[in-house]
Amino acid sequence: MTISIDPQKTNSESLQPKGWLRYFSFSLDHKVIGIQYLVCGFLFYLIGGTLASAIRIELASPMSDFMPRDVYNQVLTLHGTIMIFLWIVPVVNGAFGNYLIPFYVGARDMAFPRLNAVAFWLIPPSGLMLVASYFVEGAAQAGWTAYPPLSITTPQSGQIIWILSVLLLGGSSIFGGINFIATIIKLRRPGLKLMQLPMYCWAMLGTSLLVVLSTPVLAGTLILLSFDIIANTGFFNPVLGGNVVVYQHLFWFYSHPAVYIMVLPAFGLVSEILPVHARKPLFGYTTMVFSIMGIVVLGLVVWAHHMFTSGTPPWMRLFFTIATAFIAVPTGIKFFNWVATLWGGKISINSAMLFSCGFIINFVFGGITGVALAQVPFDIHVHDTYFVVAHFHYIVYGGTVFIIFSSIYHWFPKVTGKMLNEKLGILHFIITFIGFNLCFAPQHWLGLNGMPRRVAEYDPQFQFVNQISSLGALLMALSTIPFLINVFLSVRNGKDAGDNPWNALTPEWLTSSPPPVENWEGEAPLVEEPYGYGKEISEQNKNI
Amino acid sequence: MLNKNIYLILIISLVFAISFWIGFNVNLLPAEASINAPIYDELFKILFIIGLIIFIGMTIAVIYSLFKFRKRNDQIGDGIALEGNLSLEIVWTIIPSIIVLLIGLYSYNIYDRMGGMKELNHNHEMMTSNTEKIWAGISQTSENEIAINNLSIEVSAMQFAFLFNYPKGNFISGELHVPVDQKVSMKMESKDVIHAFWVPEFRIKQDIIPGQPTILNFTPTKVGKYPIICAELCGPYHGGMRASIIVEEESDYNEWFNKNKKPEVNL
Amino acid sequence: MTTLDSSKEIQKNNSEVNETHEDFRMFGLITFLIADGMTFAGFFAAYLTYKAVNPLPDGAIYELELPIPTLNTILLLVSSATFHKAGKALLKDKNSDSQKWLFFTAFLGIIFLICQLFEYFHLPFGLTDNLFASTFYALTGFHGLHVTLGTLMILIIAWQSRINGGRLTSQNMFPLEAVELYWHFVDGIWVVLFIILYLL
Ligand code: HEA
Ligand code: HEA
Ligand code: CUA
Ligand SMILES: [Cu+2]
Repeated sequence: MTISIDPQKTNSESLQPKGWLRYFSFSLDHKVIGIQYLVCGFLFYLIGGTLASAIRIELASPMSDFMPRDVYNQVLTLHGTIMIFLWIVPVVNGAFGNYLIPFYVGARDMAFPRLNAVAFWLIPPSGLMLVASYFVEGAAQAGWTAYPPLSITTPQSGQIIWILSVLLLGGSSIFGGINFIATIIKLRRPGLKLMQLPMYCWAMLGTSLLVVLSTPVLAGTLILLSFDIIANTGFFNPVLGGNVVVYQHLFWFYSHPAVYIMVLPAFGLVSEILPVHARKPLFGYTTMVFSIMGIVVLGLVVWAHHMFTSGTPPWMRLFFTIATAFIAVPTGIKFFNWVATLWGGKISINSAMLFSCGFIINFVFGGITGVALAQVPFDIHVHDTYFVVAHFHYIVYGGTVFIIFSSIYHWFPKVTGKMLNEKLGILHFIITFIGFNLCFAPQHWLGLNGMPRRVAEYDPQFQFVNQISSLGALLMALSTIPFLINVFLSVRNGKDAGDNPWNALTPEWLTSSPPPVENWEGEAPLVEEPYGYGKEISEQNKNI
Repeated sequence: MLNKNIYLILIISLVFAISFWIGFNVNLLPAEASINAPIYDELFKILFIIGLIIFIGMTIAVIYSLFKFRKRNDQIGDGIALEGNLSLEIVWTIIPSIIVLLIGLYSYNIYDRMGGMKELNHNHEMMTSNTEKIWAGISQTSENEIAINNLSIEVSAMQFAFLFNYPKGNFISGELHVPVDQKVSMKMESKDVIHAFWVPEFRIKQDIIPGQPTILNFTPTKVGKYPIICAELCGPYHGGMRASIIVEEESDYNEWFNKNKKPEVNL
Repeated sequence: MTTLDSSKEIQKNNSEVNETHEDFRMFGLITFLIADGMTFAGFFAAYLTYKAVNPLPDGAIYELELPIPTLNTILLLVSSATFHKAGKALLKDKNSDSQKWLFFTAFLGIIFLICQLFEYFHLPFGLTDNLFASTFYALTGFHGLHVTLGTLMILIIAWQSRINGGRLTSQNMFPLEAVELYWHFVDGIWVVLFIILYLL
């Protein structure tokens, strides 16, 4: 069967820089853009992690001694904002989405390559602006949630810069979302059916729907907030008759879906990684697809669980409790299916696999504390305490960041043609896993026993547990060292990977590694069974 | 086959046993000092046990498959081509749904017992004008009871302190004194940004939102001194925004009250 | 705008090789408009909540007159129709007719903006007077921004539909169709806004 796949040749390649330089150019190649997202995101991760280390150093003693209190608030605001908007969201969506989606749908690039490049190039300037505001005038200090009236009354320039840069990052994310939806729905290779797409496409479709539906609301809200600060309007300023709870509703209407924007793509990535290293088909493809869509729909109607103590009426709390807890059902389906995918496989225990399994364990833990938080009476006691901090780090770090590392181990050979060193990888996993749990598990206890979040000083009775937590953070910081060494050594003189070191069946492996500029020398292969391990078809595909 | 099932049952019962043991023997919570606290701890225990069962179960499943199905050196080829199983999918959709539903109903019950489902009494005695809208925190007992013996206190929160106004005694205090075993009803207002009133030993927390006077009721059950913590980021000194609540025997309380009481001054 | 440019490029390339993909630029635009609509939805939700929860303080004025906005509604609805005419004309290769209709549409848009400014200057309340005044200006202002943008784009495509050398032809309808869709969207938002802000 020969169908010619033309789609969109990106424009004249001769004009694009070659070699390393192209990563610093306004390249339209989706693979280049993907790597740009990844590296840029990782640099911001190091900044955000450095800030986290500063937080943990401050909290190693009960007094506010390492930095002044307002600086502490700036640091935690920057930490939250950078980690979410400049690390997790751009990397799980932008980086992997750009690199993989065109392969998965059998296209040569994204639907709107120029929009794609614009979306990426919005990120570095707004990130730098955000970080620079710390050194110039003092950064925003109202937390990443920027609740008014505090955000209106704190020093204004920092807050305005914060708003501006979150608006730009939101714009970038909307452009990306539009691009992904168009690419997945409209750019599929002829003959490729929706239900044959690799799971990551479905995850990105769901994520992008959330991006398109909820990010604009955040943009609108922040515009109103900036009016309150600059033009002295009273939308959220009670002194002028405004209503602060309206801000919270609007903010969480975006920021709850945002947590699924941070985790659904990770669900997609882990669905790609597990089958390859377990040598088994993905278990329950169809239910997986439905559960993603279920999470998308439910995710849009649960936002008020962040506001159980904000004076919402009782019926509203009840509705949001039930809706929130029900997200455990579609999410649970995914986890059970992943375990079933492992079951009966021939599992290679390598770094990618270990990080994925670490993800499953950590996320289930974080999800369970999430379901507990969803219960109003439970949440009333622990809201805004370290219990919540522990909950979400279990999910964003133990979940998404673990999957980012897993994906790097999995796709590094694809991108560079070189293997990463397994020994260093496993060392990286062990230190990360121990450090992570040491850092965040004790925080549950802290929250239950009376330590609120966002404080630079605390009751001395909590000192010991906080020090354990800080020790864990130190281990996490150290764990980046073997990782970085591994990457630098392997890029230079890693083992040659060949085109398909894992014998994987998903389309990105059916071309050379690293791939040519337009992804395939000839036409894109039609992969009807991306997870056909153990079947005859996989024997055929291996010979490609 | 039979053998396998027996192992499975054994493991499951072991997981249950461990979880119940931990749930009943590990105490992660601070002292119980209000009538809310034991109700809360009951919910906590149940959630903790269910959570442990699910978490330990999943962890065992993952670690077991990593060991059992790891690729040995001499092995080549793929695992079995199992793509799905409808009845399994149905089972693991329905069981979590039931668990979640039961938890939801149960926590509704708990919340009701804490007084959270009650529409707020609109004849709170300190309400000044009829148009003023009052927002509900937790409100523990029936309206009647409030009318009879309520101890009304006005709380104002500001950057970075709590002030407690005792209108009956016409004085303001920086410490909250309350008699044990009596229902306390507070009307809380914020002067600037959002604060929150949290007493961990009472298991209650309520945001104090500017522009929204809020009522919070509780009944302390244990004599002692407990921290009042501001739980909502309110500026640089948010961490230092603390006060104490002192729960005393009624006689001690009356003594303290009379000492501070100021005569009504008519201007 | 970038969306449009880059996809044009794509389409050029597409027609060089054999074309196997339907045109997805419209699809991208629709997705964008959904996103844009959500921004408005957020504003509307805020406005309605304020209305339900926050009473107007004593002595505050928030009174709207109906004549100008009604006229504006009619202007926009008519302009939607004239835009449609422009598209029809272009399809029949009547470029100069099309251009006339486009200029007329842009003219209506400009009148709309002038009326709106006129209303702004004659309202009894200013931006920061009270919550409702602020919300009113934010909503109508944000919408006005959309109208301004739309009018500019209409002028651009009107220029491009000139007979000699214009890029807009019956073979290349996309720019016109895209702006038309956008314009209908802006009109639709206005109708919702009119109902919620003025009539409710
Ligand atoms: C990627 C990010 C992410 C994800 C995926 C989640 C997922 C969930 N979150 Fe979390 N959450 C955050 C990030 C995230 N959260 C952040 C950042 C905050 C704090 C924001 C701030 O204030 O700064 C927060 C805060 C937060 C709160 C508010 C707490 C408070 O401030 O008082 C609540 C309350 O309901 C909550 C609930 C949940 C629930 C129910 C899920 C569910 O989706 C989890 C579902 C998963 C499982 C349950 C595990 C797998 C399921 C099974 C194995 C099946 C069997 C299980 C059962 C039957 C229970 N989260
Ligand atoms: C979304 C992702 C994300 C990630 C990945 C992390 C990662 C970490 N977080 Fe973060 N955190 C948030 C999101 C995230 N956090 C959010 C949203 C908040 C809420 C903010 C708010 O309240 O508004 C928060 C708040 C928060 C708090 C609470 C602050 C407070 O309430 O007072 C704490 C405290 O322990 C903490 C700790 C950590 C630690 C130790 C890590 C570690 O995992 C980090 C590990 C990484 C490193 C340590 C980097 C290693 C590199 C180096 C050490 C530097 C070397 C430097 C160079 C080479 C230049 N975080
Ligand atoms: Cu008051 Cu924090
Ligand atoms: Cu949430």
